[in-house]
Amino acid sequence: MYARDAQRTLAEALRVADEEHRDQGGHRPSFIRQYVFSTDHKWIGIQYAVTALLFLLLGFSMMLLMRYQLAWPGQPFPALLAKIMGDSNAPGGMMLPEFYNQLGAMHGTVMVFLAIVPLAVGAFGNYVVPLQIGAPDMAFPKLNMMSYWLYLPGGLLMLLSFLVPGGAPSSGWTSYPPLSVIAPHGQTIWIIGMVFLITSSLLGSINFIVTIFQLRAKGLTFMRLPFFVWAQLITSFLLLLAFPPLEAAAILQLMDRVAGTSFFMPSGLIVSGEKYVNAGGGNPLLWQHLFWFLAHPEVYVLILPGMGIIAEVIANNTRKPLWGYRSLVGAGIFLGFMSFVVWAHHMFMTGMGTAISAFFQTTTMIISIPSVIILTALIISLWGASIRFTVPMLFALAFLPMFGIGGLTGLPLGLAAADIHLHDTYYVIGHFHYVVAPGTIFAMFAGIYYWFPKATGRQMNETLGKLHFWGSLIFMNGIFAPMFLQGLAGVSRRLYDGGEQYMHARPVLHTNVLMSVSAFLLLAAQLPFIFNFFHSIFKGKRVGSNVWDATTLEWGAATAPPLGHGNFEVMPVVYRGPYEYSVPGHTESDFIPQNVPDTDTPPAPAIGGGMLAPAAVAQKEA
Amino acid sequence: MDAHAAHAGHADGGHHEIEIPYTVHARPDTGVYNGKLGIWLFLASEVMLFGALFSTLVLLRTSAPNWPRGADLLNVPLATLNTFVLIASSVTVILAWAHLRLGNLGKGKLYLALTLLCGLGFMVIKTIEYTTKFAAHHYPSSDNFYATYFVLTGLHGLHVLGGMIVFAYLLLTADKWYAQKRDQFTNRVEVTGLYWHFVDLVWIFLFPILYLL
Repeated sequence: MYARDAQRTLAEALRVADEEHRDQGGHRPSFIRQYVFSTDHKWIGIQYAVTALLFLLLGFSMMLLMRYQLAWPGQPFPALLAKIMGDSNAPGGMMLPEFYNQLGAMHGTVMVFLAIVPLAVGAFGNYVVPLQIGAPDMAFPKLNMMSYWLYLPGGLLMLLSFLVPGGAPSSGWTSYPPLSVIAPHGQTIWIIGMVFLITSSLLGSINFIVTIFQLRAKGLTFMRLPFFVWAQLITSFLLLLAFPPLEAAAILQLMDRVAGTSFFMPSGLIVSGEKYVNAGGGNPLLWQHLFWFLAHPEVYVLILPGMGIIAEVIANNTRKPLWGYRSLVGAGIFLGFMSFVVWAHHMFMTGMGTAISAFFQTTTMIISIPSVIILTALIISLWGASIRFTVPMLFALAFLPMFGIGGLTGLPLGLAAADIHLHDTYYVIGHFHYVVAPGTIFAMFAGIYYWFPKATGRQMNETLGKLHFWGSLIFMNGIFAPMFLQGLAGVSRRLYDGGEQYMHARPVLHTNVLMSVSAFLLLAAQLPFIFNFFHSIFKGKRVGSNVWDATTLEWGAATAPPLGHGNFEVMPVVYRGPYEYSVPGHTESDFIPQNVPDTDTPPAPAIGGGMLAPAAVAQKEA
Repeated sequence: MDAHAAHAGHADGGHHEIEIPYTVHARPDTGVYNGKLGIWLFLASEVMLFGALFSTLVLLRTSAPNWPRGADLLNVPLATLNTFVLIASSVTVILAWAHLRLGNLGKGKLYLALTLLCGLGFMVIKTIEYTTKFAAHHYPSSDNFYATYFVLTGLHGLHVLGGMIVFAYLLLTADKWYAQKRDQFTNRVEVTGLYWHFVDLVWIFLFPILYLL
């Protein structure tokens, strides 16, 4: 005990001495080193968060333009929106179909590769994982910096494609050849941007795996890891192994476009009434296989970190351990493995044959089991709890049924027979948006409200948070629920006029207005969040280091841990599992942090302050 | 005295560095240092990258009505020579690491230089191969045989080039790093060596599949 205290004192003295040394000697790291090319995981996490949130808003704005067009086809846009789009894309305020396609492709690209994954992995992973495992930083801080500085140029490059002749890529976020190979220059920029993003996520995933394996605090065994860390670990393995085949595919498509090869180009192709000159003999389906070999694991990259955040928030706000921690971990690992053998369920309609379809249909049904286990464990965790309805908890509670709807509506798509009808309709759009929007994005919001006090030392406003929550919940359902109806009626997902020209779409066409109005109201519901976010950084309520009375290690670190100093004054030692809430017989508080020793192992000190839980220390400091 | 040393360090290194555990020595329960685990993970992703390209070759070849035999169109003796050059470089890089480990900086540098030289030799032979192909008007756009040949060997060549750049950097900074951080420098040679073996291994697969079958 005394050794620990002495160690703490020594570390504190060293820190103070170091600070004095800096102040006198003027050896403070330069502004650029600290805030632009920072190697501190906390600052890199914040860089990722802000950048990804901006991309999220941008991707959302693209969708708003599309939704306006879908609800009121053939009518000119309001002057302001028309001006933003420019005369070349919307002459006289009328959006061109080509521009609609560009927006569609870029909405998907921006949302998946530039907004959600960087937010879920780059931002939350970077900020929280080293703190939660008691590490001073990531294993490779310079690689960490590099992965952000590959992500940002990659993202900006993608946006630059709007400015080249022919505009942005318009072959969908999936970039299927032959269409993508004969498309204008924007597609080449898309490929180069993808290579940047793939390299960035490769460096990031290696860094996360090494950090989690190597830098865990003493006593933090794998079965004591918070579920969030497990989710990030599995996600990193998916990114590590699934992205390289897309990189290979991107190289091949680049060769097809630039060097005139025919990897994906069949023989005898006629483009605009003329024979397309190339060697031929390629296979467009090859791209689809390579693309979905990435893109299906990518679906789990999108959802797993979200599930991790929800698990943390639920355990903390139900004040009891997660139900079935081992099942959660096991299901997560199984999910990771299975996600590599389901990709061709995106390709039932390509004529690849019934035997292959049957195989992928079976694996798809199997992969739904671990997802259901995770969701069930999280729901059962609520049972008998005295729930604290904080803002992060509201988002977590909404996540459960919303992700449930998204997941269950996926089952008919995984069955080859049902997919024949539903394929490429709005039903598909509704399905995956329920998973990603009120699913993952709600988890991201929960995470932002939950860890904001750790990062800034201030809490976000509760009332504005609740306004943000209820608005988002109602209007997201307003957008996505009618899509199931449209899809079941057979409305295709890629129609520039929303389906007006089709007889079979008529009975469900009126829902387009409901969806589009909901979309614009969803934008309005984000205003309290945007205000709250920036306002709370400067004016939010000041709180202590463990505002939620949580058990995991990050809450034992100082409030808003200073940059460039490591995270903990004394390396934490872990004595227990991650969710020891409401421990029977423990009467002082309803939680025991992971770094508090068992009361019976070290002998109680006879004199002095004795053993203090970090929460008590924090209270004393405050 | 210490304060002065710290000052000198600051002036040299720019700013205060956080100490990351297990950058040099292995963590007892995992048995590896950070860089070694990192390079193994990187190689796992490289397996997936080349795996996808090999699968592409298999799919295109099996679905093509006719596909030439590599031995009829490509220069097998030159490629065989290249195989031996690359295998030799895998041996020299191990010897470089072993000598550095035993404290013989001079021999370590010699074997690093030999490795670099082998890499250079490989690239020169590869360039000769490419130029003869271009001279005979065989380009990636000619047909899918040449497309896969150029993409696979080209990407492999880029990997060789990348390894050479790292070896050149290690060789140039060897004296300084070996004096300051001997273990760390030796580790760097080890992980670069692991990468180099992988590049070698890819060629061991490429050679029969492209040139012989």
